[in-house]
Amino acid sequence: MNREDFPMLKQDIIYFDNGATSLKPQAVIDKMTEYYEKYSANAHRGDYDISYKVDMEYENARDEVVSFINAKDKEEIIFTSGATEALNMIATGFFANIVEAGDEILITTSEHASNVLPWFRLAKDYGCIINYIPLDDNLHVTIDNVKKSISPRTKIIALAHITNVVGDVRPIKEITKLAHENNIFVVVDGAQSVPHLSVDVQDLDIDFLAFSAHKMLGPTGTGVLYGKKELLESLEPINLGGGMNESFDSPNEVYLKELPTRLEAGTPNIAGVIGLGEAIRYLKKIGIEKIREREIHLREYLIEKLVKLPHVDIINLEADSGIVTFNIDGIFSQDVAYFLNKYNICVRAGNHCAKILKNATGVTNSLRISLYFYNTETEIDELIELLKNKDKIMEEMI
Amino acid sequence: MDKRTIIMDHYNNPRNMKKISDKNYLNENTSNASCIDNLDIYIKIENDVIMDMAFSGEACAISVSSASIMTCNLIGKTINEALEFLNNMEAMLNNQPFNKDILNEAVVYEDTKHTSRKTCAWLPYAGLKKILNNINVSNN
Repeated sequence: MNREDFPMLKQDIIYFDNGATSLKPQAVIDKMTEYYEKYSANAHRGDYDISYKVDMEYENARDEVVSFINAKDKEEIIFTSGATEALNMIATGFFANIVEAGDEILITTSEHASNVLPWFRLAKDYGCIINYIPLDDNLHVTIDNVKKSISPRTKIIALAHITNVVGDVRPIKEITKLAHENNIFVVVDGAQSVPHLSVDVQDLDIDFLAFSAHKMLGPTGTGVLYGKKELLESLEPINLGGGMNESFDSPNEVYLKELPTRLEAGTPNIAGVIGLGEAIRYLKKIGIEKIREREIHLREYLIEKLVKLPHVDIINLEADSGIVTFNIDGIFSQDVAYFLNKYNICVRAGNHCAKILKNATGVTNSLRISLYFYNTETEIDELIELLKNKDKIMEEMI
Repeated sequence: MDKRTIIMDHYNNPRNMKKISDKNYLNENTSNASCIDNLDIYIKIENDVIMDMAFSGEACAISVSSASIMTCNLIGKTINEALEFLNNMEAMLNNQPFNKDILNEAVVYEDTKHTSRKTCAWLPYAGLKKILNNINVSNN
């Protein structure tokens, strides 16, 4: 649906790599171009009209984020360069100041590198221990397994809301309830969930949430760090500089601004943030529930056809999202991806940045189809037609 | 034989594909940052001659076949001959003038111009280059 809004879809391509990045609608592109063409000034600076306009548009985007994830307050929304930067800020700016040696951090083996490496560094620098919540037979996280993994030393649970390889939706609400009863913080990597389903940070009672604009129809280089206000108050800025300070005279006399500005040092990615605001307006116009419904339908349609192919091994048969991961029996995933590329079909092959997942699945690499609402049944039919014939793949893959 | 048949032959029946733990072999891991190709290259050198060569790991058809062809062509060659082979391979993949006769079967990758596949064909040579460079450094 809404395909006509996406200039990229006017080309002869089938784009199935939305988990990596989404396509951008014309409205988002126009909104960003408008900034560069019509009011290309800096934010929070000038006493002239176009600079006010920048402030207004920039803060409007923040309002859009507030309502999209139902934050309590504008001060809880920090613009970053992406989910990666947000997760690093959470680990380094907040947790590095409060963890003690022996504290435990719970993650899973199916996390993306961005939700693993900042915790590895924290563990290495401060003597914390990384523990893994066991995955069930479907590679899902169950509340029972979270319960079993919690110890009196658990301080942080850091999980993707939806994982980028398995595509399972984690029971975040139950997890935060259990965590908070045990004085544990919950950090959610929302890169794969915020674009695809309704995320209500108050209802889910999430302490910190990170997500990226470019996976939700917005531009690259922009993302969001959400944190409960009382927690963000003690998140130390990693970057110091312009825009975020109130005054300074000497090393001992540095006064910083209030949230959220305090955590957005330097000239922000203004066009990016304004683009994200427009992307959210676009998503709201369609309706996130409708988007989710459409993706689930497309997933079911794809799975129904894939299971009929005897040489296809689906890794995440059970998953409640638009992510389908599989292998063709006896053919290296990259070779299949290259074959599909000859027919202008974009899929991802590899380990999808979840490099420790192989320990759980025994599968080191795979093909991933990640759907978005603008994909169609016809596109899926074309894919299936090509995957049907293993000999043809072998014939044309090099 | 056409190019495809040669590549598929070396992919389906790779020569010298085995893990080697013998300490007399130099080895180097070589992997593609952009994908999942991951190979170990093993090489045994005596008096500047490559006495044996092997590879192990997991990679696509282009990488595996390229590694197989590399080992077949370089066992028995001197280090200088191996370097010459490697330089010609690099030249071929980068559209520079190269000597077809030296490369033998490896010329099957002459048309492997898709950027990601070019990297696949080069992968085993990247590992070899690291090993040979290390030898040069320690000899100097």
